[in-house]
Amino acid sequence: MSRSCKAALLGIVLFGWAAPALADGFANVGRPATPAEIKTWDIDVGPDFAGLPKGSGTVSRGMEIWEEKCASCHGTFGESNSVFNPLVGGTTAEDIKTGHVAALKRTDFPARTTFMKVATVSTLYDYIRRAMPWNAPKSLSDDDVYAVLAYLLNLAEIVPDDFTLTDATIRDVQQRMPNRDGMTTAHALWPGPDLPGMLAKPDTANAACMTGCKPKAELASQLPDHARGAHGNIAEQNRLIGPVRGQRTGPDTAAAELPSPALALAEQSGCLSCHAVDTRVVGPSYSEIAARYRGKNSADALVSKVKAGGEGAWGAVPMPPQDDLSIDDAKTLVAWILSGAPQK
Amino acid sequence: MAAIVRRTYHKRDKDTGSEPEGIQTDMSNLRPTGEATPRTDPLVPGADIPNADIPGADIRAGRLRRAPENFLTADDVRLVGKGRRDFLRASFLAAVAAGSAAAPGSLATAAAATGDGVGDPNILNPTPWGSSLGLPVAANPYGQPSKHERGLVRRQSPGLTQVPAASVSFAPLQGLFGIITPSGLHFERHHQGWQDIDPTRHRLMVNGARPDFVKTPKVYTMDDIMRLPPVSRMHFIECGANTGMEWGNVAVPTVQYTHGMLSCSEFTGVPLRTLLEDCGADLKAAKFVLAEGGDGSSMTRTIPIELVLSGEVMVAYGQNGEMLRPENGYPLRLVVPGVQGVSWVKWLRRIEVGDRPYATKDEAVHYIDLMPDGQHRQYSSIQECKSVITSPSGGQTLLDKGFFTISGLAWSGRGAVRRVDVSTDGGINWTQATLQTPVLSKCLTRFTLPWNWDGRPALLQSRATDETGFVQPAYGQLRAVRGTRSIYHNNAIQTWQVAESGDVNNVQIL
Repeated sequence: MSRSCKAALLGIVLFGWAAPALADGFANVGRPATPAEIKTWDIDVGPDFAGLPKGSGTVSRGMEIWEEKCASCHGTFGESNSVFNPLVGGTTAEDIKTGHVAALKRTDFPARTTFMKVATVSTLYDYIRRAMPWNAPKSLSDDDVYAVLAYLLNLAEIVPDDFTLTDATIRDVQQRMPNRDGMTTAHALWPGPDLPGMLAKPDTANAACMTGCKPKAELASQLPDHARGAHGNIAEQNRLIGPVRGQRTGPDTAAAELPSPALALAEQSGCLSCHAVDTRVVGPSYSEIAARYRGKNSADALVSKVKAGGEGAWGAVPMPPQDDLSIDDAKTLVAWILSGAPQK
Repeated sequence: MAAIVRRTYHKRDKDTGSEPEGIQTDMSNLRPTGEATPRTDPLVPGADIPNADIPGADIRAGRLRRAPENFLTADDVRLVGKGRRDFLRASFLAAVAAGSAAAPGSLATAAAATGDGVGDPNILNPTPWGSSLGLPVAANPYGQPSKHERGLVRRQSPGLTQVPAASVSFAPLQGLFGIITPSGLHFERHHQGWQDIDPTRHRLMVNGARPDFVKTPKVYTMDDIMRLPPVSRMHFIECGANTGMEWGNVAVPTVQYTHGMLSCSEFTGVPLRTLLEDCGADLKAAKFVLAEGGDGSSMTRTIPIELVLSGEVMVAYGQNGEMLRPENGYPLRLVVPGVQGVSWVKWLRRIEVGDRPYATKDEAVHYIDLMPDGQHRQYSSIQECKSVITSPSGGQTLLDKGFFTISGLAWSGRGAVRRVDVSTDGGINWTQATLQTPVLSKCLTRFTLPWNWDGRPALLQSRATDETGFVQPAYGQLRAVRGTRSIYHNNAIQTWQVAESGDVNNVQIL
């Protein structure tokens, strides 16, 4: 049975997938893509350089573009760690010979730069063309991309100062990439069969032991004290109810976010059943009221109106008297309404 | 130095000052290091609730109490450290005797709660919500969670990334139930910021790396895609770097940050295979497809054709019954069940059928796993079987001794979870947990285990086994193969240490 047949069978068994029922397929759904459309969007460049556009760029032209469009994030020499991880550094002339970046074996090496990791120069051309500059992706011409990449390769000491990167010379550059042989597909984490050296089985093999599985449980690592408060106040990242609470690991910020006391008073007093801040519910919105009465020295009259109720000022629906509301609370509410009914 | 008093809610007699019935004291709360965790009720419960002014209203916040620092002297603390179990009782009574002088929120105030001996004021007194008119319909046209749930939100891990547009926000797993992640809490990972794309202008193109791979390259509008026969399936999505901060050692305090690049939704869309067939793709010549996003990063990932042919890979527009959220790829994303999130390309604009992997930036610079020998594993994609206890979990404190339900999530990129075992002694002995239904392939599975906490230190672990028989590894086993610098695909067994104080902390056991 062919691979695709097996997969199709698997699909039917597992997912109930089946071919479309209608003989004529999905009539009038989708349309053929035009050559111009495909050319515009199909910009990927593969490790075999399929899709690579013709063009060229020099190191010196690349430096000009770099300083204008790239250095602010990546640093003048691609070394900056302030916005993104460094692009350049950590590779040697010896690495260029061997195709393996030796520093990757060192556990004490502080960083992993792009050139320490990347095996394929096509990746860099593809990515710069599709996604850079950061805030204006796809704005570089194909030649600009060649130039910027030439400059980067020069910073990484892979090509000389007078180098011109072209769709032809990029193939020679591939043979000088410091980590060109640094990738392996000898693992079991690829969900298809087509990669060289793939492992058939996962690389760990724990067993589901149930009792007396080891003599004792030793702690290998605990959260350092200095990290305890590094993620804010965990008490505020947990629920108020339930079987647990969050530990207090920082100052309470909730108080600053509390809603306005007057809003709570309005809610508690039932005002919000008929009024909202910006929209007319049963009665007028608070912004309408504020617009009509603000600056007219009408606070006292409004307090009386709130207490006694009224009818007619905003339509036929009467406002009931608020006997339970104290004068002080009524004053608080009126002042709050006239100030625009802020939420906080 | 602070201490904590746990007590059961019970009738008390403040007038006589006699020993309140049912009060349990526990002196074991002092941290072994001598450093105490200051503790208070989170979010100042009740502060925004009108009846918080009612004496004793804070009883509703549970039994966990603010530390009574105000009556513990340095000498007292030393006594406590020596294990004088009768100490607190004496101090407690002294505090009660001090009566009205105590600060709000202290034990004395709590003591006044039921001073009338009649009952809970939340029952005896009218509540604002039970004695007033509620809000009208559609007051929130798109409903929002209760204001009391505002702590459970997506959060960033400080210092993880330098730029928020190329960063991560973590889902609050510590507070979620079941297996579905509310769409607004779905974790985020953006490579060049997120966009809210105009769906009427969004297009999906299907073409071939070579002309013979796709007979008729086509363009689909959202209208076209949403006319095609849909499927809806529930799947987890986990970032390949989830738990990546913990490869070498414990680094972050809570499950939100250790495991929160994990979410699960019901996705609705069209099997990618349907589109490839509609375009006349040569599914025998094809070995891989490239998926490409329509955002600024135009992110690309290689997918093996087998997953497409099986019908699993889906071009999805729906998430949990509504359209995808913009942060999750509105209006169209790829769903690649079992595979790390980076392959679930958001804002999907193009599928290219090809015959070799593409070595894209996120397959050649990032999402490659550094091994001890200095080689990087490339195209590592499957999220292997993994589990984590979400309650109780790091950064939390158990309310009291007694009954709890240990609850957590298990998942596997290779199929369904077959079983989950839970240990409370750091992996010496294990008990099989109950799996809540549904138990679906490449979907989160919720497990639970009843647990009576006796107040002694415990080390909680969960260990999942999937349908292939693969058992989630311990840290020692994982590191023996992959070292500590991989960043990606850390599926080791997580340990939460429960201290006598009830504090739960993140630790690692090999």
